[in-house]
Formats: sequence, C-alpha cells, structure tokens
Amino acid sequence: MTRLIVVATALVLVALPFMADNYVLRLATTMLMYSALALGWNFIGGFAGYPSFATAAFFGLGAYAGGVLQTRGVPMPAAWLLAGAIVALFAAALGRAILHLRGHYFAIATLVAAEVLREVTNSATDLTGGGMGLNLPVLSADVTTQARLFYFAMLVVAAAALATTALVAESRLGFGLRCIQQNEDAAIMLGINTRRYKVVAFTLSAVFPGVCGGIYASWVNYIDPTDVYDVLLSVKPIVMVLLGGAGTVLGGVYGAFLFLLMEELVWRNLLQFHAGLLGIIVVCLVLFLPHGLRGIGLPSLLSRWRQRTREATP
Amino acid sequence: MLYVQVLVNGLVLGGLYSCIAVGFSLVWGVLNVINILHGSLIILGSYAAFFAYQYLHIDPFLFVPAAAFLLFCLGYAIQLVFINRVMGSPVLITLTLTFGLNLLLYNLMILAFKADFRKVILSPPLGSANLGGIVVPIDRLIGMAFAIALVGLLYALLRGTRIGRAIVAVRMDREAAQLMGVNVGRIYAITFGLGAAMAGAAGSLFSVMFPISPETANALLGKAFVICILGGLGSVPGVMVGGLTLGTIESYSALFFGPEYSVTISFSLLILLLMFRPTGIMGRRGFQ
Repeated sequence: MTRLIVVATALVLVALPFMADNYVLRLATTMLMYSALALGWNFIGGFAGYPSFATAAFFGLGAYAGGVLQTRGVPMPAAWLLAGAIVALFAAALGRAILHLRGHYFAIATLVAAEVLREVTNSATDLTGGGMGLNLPVLSADVTTQARLFYFAMLVVAAAALATTALVAESRLGFGLRCIQQNEDAAIMLGINTRRYKVVAFTLSAVFPGVCGGIYASWVNYIDPTDVYDVLLSVKPIVMVLLGGAGTVLGGVYGAFLFLLMEELVWRNLLQFHAGLLGIIVVCLVLFLPHGLRGIGLPSLLSRWRQRTREATP
Repeated sequence: MLYVQVLVNGLVLGGLYSCIAVGFSLVWGVLNVINILHGSLIILGSYAAFFAYQYLHIDPFLFVPAAAFLLFCLGYAIQLVFINRVMGSPVLITLTLTFGLNLLLYNLMILAFKADFRKVILSPPLGSANLGGIVVPIDRLIGMAFAIALVGLLYALLRGTRIGRAIVAVRMDREAAQLMGVNVGRIYAITFGLGAAMAGAAGSLFSVMFPISPETANALLGKAFVICILGGLGSVPGVMVGGLTLGTIESYSALFFGPEYSVTISFSLLILLLMFRPTGIMGRRGFQ
C-alpha cells in the first residue's frame, strides 16, 4: 500500500510539468523548494532539537556562490553543485565553532551568522554587486522549457533531501541525534560523540538549502542581499516543520504543502498585511498546535472522544 | 585629540545603548525568553514620542515617563495573554512565538506609520557644547544622562523594592520563589512590562538623536544581542559595560574602517565572543 502511494506520487510529480500550466508549475517548484528547506532544517532542528535560524544564511550563501560562479562562466549545473559544496564547508566550519552553544546562545549565533553574511555580501561590491544585486546570465531556452528545467532541479533536491531524511531516521546518526534532543548530557555519557553528530546534522541542514539557493538564483535571474538573506527564509522552514511535525520524515513535506497553500489562498489577497498574517499564523501555531497537525489528527480526536465517553459513563 | 573625541562620541552613544539593551537583558535573564519584539517596542516608543512632540508639543525628554508607562501596559498584556502560556517550553517555541508577535507588530507599524524615516527636530535646536575642544551635541548629552539615570533607576528598583526582590528571586529559583508565595505568572508579566517600559523610554530618547522607521527595529535588536553577549547576561552592571563597550567599538571602527562596516564588526565580535567566552566580559554563566 505504502509502496503504491510512493509510486503514484512519483508518477504525478514527474508528469506534472507536462500537463500543468506555468502558474501551477511555478507553485509546484516553490513547494519543492520549501520542502527541501524544511527537510534541511529538520536535521538540526527536528532531530537534534537545536534552534537553528541559519537557513537564510545557507540559502543566501548558496545563491551568491551559484550566481557568482555562473557569471564567471561556470556551467549552471556545476555551479549549483559547487554552491552546495561551498555551503556545506561553511556550515561544517561554523558548526564546529558554535555548536558547543546551547539554547538561546545558539539561536542568536545562527541569526547573527546570516546578518554577517548579508553585510559581507553587501560590502564585497566587486564580487557580488553589493546592494545593487547580481544579474545572472539569461538562458536561451524558451519559458516553458526553463520552467520545467527548474522544476526538475528542485524535484531532485527535494527528493534527495527526503531520501537522506529517511536514511538518517533509520540510522545510528538519527538515533544519536534524537538522544541529543532528549538529553545531551546523558547522550555524552552513553558515549555518543555529540560534537561530531551535531556538526554532521548542521552540515546536512545546510547542503539542501545551499543547492536550493543556487537553483533559485538561476531561476529568478536576479538576486540581492535583502532578498536571499531574508530572515523569513529561516523562519518559514521552522513553521513548516512545526506544522507537519518535528523530527518526522514526511513532516517537512506536509508542512511545506500546507504552508504554500495558505500563502497562495490567503496572502495574495492581503498584500498589505502579508507579514502580519504570517505572524498571526505563527502565534496561533505555537499556542494552539505545538505538536503540529498530528496533534489534531484523526487518531487523537478519536481517543479524546473515547476518553470523554468513558468519563461520561461511570 | 581626535581619539578623545571619538571616545567621547562612543561613550555618549554607549549610554543610550545600555538603555536600549537593559530591558532585553532583564527579560532574557528572568524569563529565559529571547524577546525578538524588543526592537519593535523601542521603535513604538519612538513613534509615541514623535507624535507627542508633533501634535501635543511635548518635549521628548519629558515624554519618557509616559512612553515607559504606555509600553509597560502593552508589555504586561503581551506577557499575560501570550507568552505566559509557553513559559518553560524549549527555546525554539518561545523564540518563534516572539518572532511571530514581532512580525505582527512590525506590519501594524508599517500600516500605521509607513516606512518613511522620521526624526524629532527640536525647535529651537539645543546646539552643542564645547568642552575644551571636545564637541558634544547637547541633545545627545541629555539623552545619555537620561539613559544612564533610567538604567540606574531599574537597578535601584531591582535591588530595593519588594517587587524587585521578587523578580530577582524568580530569576534565581523559580520553584523556591513560588513556595515563598511569589505569584510567578504576575512577576513574569511585570518583568516583561518593565523590559518593554525600558524599551519605550529608550525609544523616546532615540527619537531625538536618530531618524526612526519600523525598519530600524532589527538593527536595534541586533545591538541588544551584541550588548548582552558582550557584557554577560543577567546583571544590570553587565549591560552597562556591554553598552559602553559597544558604543566605543562602533565609533572607533567607524573611524578606522568606515561606518559601513560597524555592523559587520560588532556581529563578528559577537560570534568570536560566543566561540571563546560565551559568558561575556562581566558575566557568570547565564541560564543555559
């Protein structure tokens, strides 16, 4: 049954670009990008329970690495992969430096890392164009072909992120990360090399946003620091994972889908109150649904109802 | 002489910075919550002062108590209605909650005030004082005096009053304070209110010295981060040291590298400090 669903979903995802119009294709590409960002954050935030706000840093660095490489003549797919590699190296180094921090200190360090990268990008005008932004080479293919190309690129990244998540969830690494999330000191005493596990999780949480950033840069053809280092890029994946369920395999995908649905249905009608509505959603989510939509899933409703009837009939 | 002038500029700025960060540090230390709203609350105080000056012709320096009172009420309500529900949750939850509240407040401010930059322009202007070759604008000097006085007032309040002792008791040991009959939920609300009041007061002073816009809020929040890490968490003197240090560092780095690098430098310093000395210059190890 599960296998059937997986095959059917894969078929739909592959066939979609040949059936849908460009608007739907654009939405689907965004949805895949959001999934990859959410799945990425899930490694460090969901499994290890570390409040990372570094997604914007990884995404922005990936976008600029990919963009600059392409303007220097590196072919597009190679630029994406190199962007991923650069971001992974950066994350491994940053992780080694700041992963001894916990809680608030870690959150602030990751928030600030994105700001530092933004400022550095802004000041390095020769390389990045600074605040004027960076124009990427325009592809010669027609619009529909391009849309399909970027869709498939994002699909590959999202699928890779999902596969990695499934692998990690089953592996020793995933077990160790869950131990760290529950009680890091106990994990150390059990002989888990927490430093290495956390650095690996942090690096994994960077690779996928990094590649996404590279693809995004080629997709939109123009990037600027306020756009790709936007702090909302760090917050949205967290909201998605919280929506879908932290530390689960498919949570990020569900969350990304629901989030995009809300974004499209509600926000396009409320352009003046875009950020405010996101704020309200975040507040409601945290206050009323801290365990995501699993918290109000059918099983829990059923059990709650059973409990109530049991209480009513002594 | 130039170096002395830059040092004085830095210290004058640093006085205001302490006032900006002290509320943030109080909330972080006592509630164990990173208050992402803090920058926006400062800007809200600035707008209150701006409109009070424009329409009611109240001097921004005299408006400080009113701004503090308004923001205290707002902060008290925010804590009581929203944040008290998630106290004791993991960092991610409390941080995300204040982030969401901040998005809402930011958007409301954009709708109400627009994103244009505004500044209180005192008429007649106060001019500047020349102290043996060192030039200091008088509005900044008064602002610094007010800022330091406010920080001192908070310190006295925490040391000398029943409520202040209760706040410190809750910070030290929540359960023990509860057993001694402290109403912890109310103390949390008062603490957050005090943090917001300091933000409002600082904002009122800020509006005289710098142009304001809802977009300024994030920069102020970033400064509060740096000051808290620099000075060490959880004590008023620590914030004072952090604020003065940041002010001095900013003015010297503006002199040596140019003002466009001041944010990069202070944030890089923050990350370096977190790597090697997360307790700050003054601090003991904070919560977590």
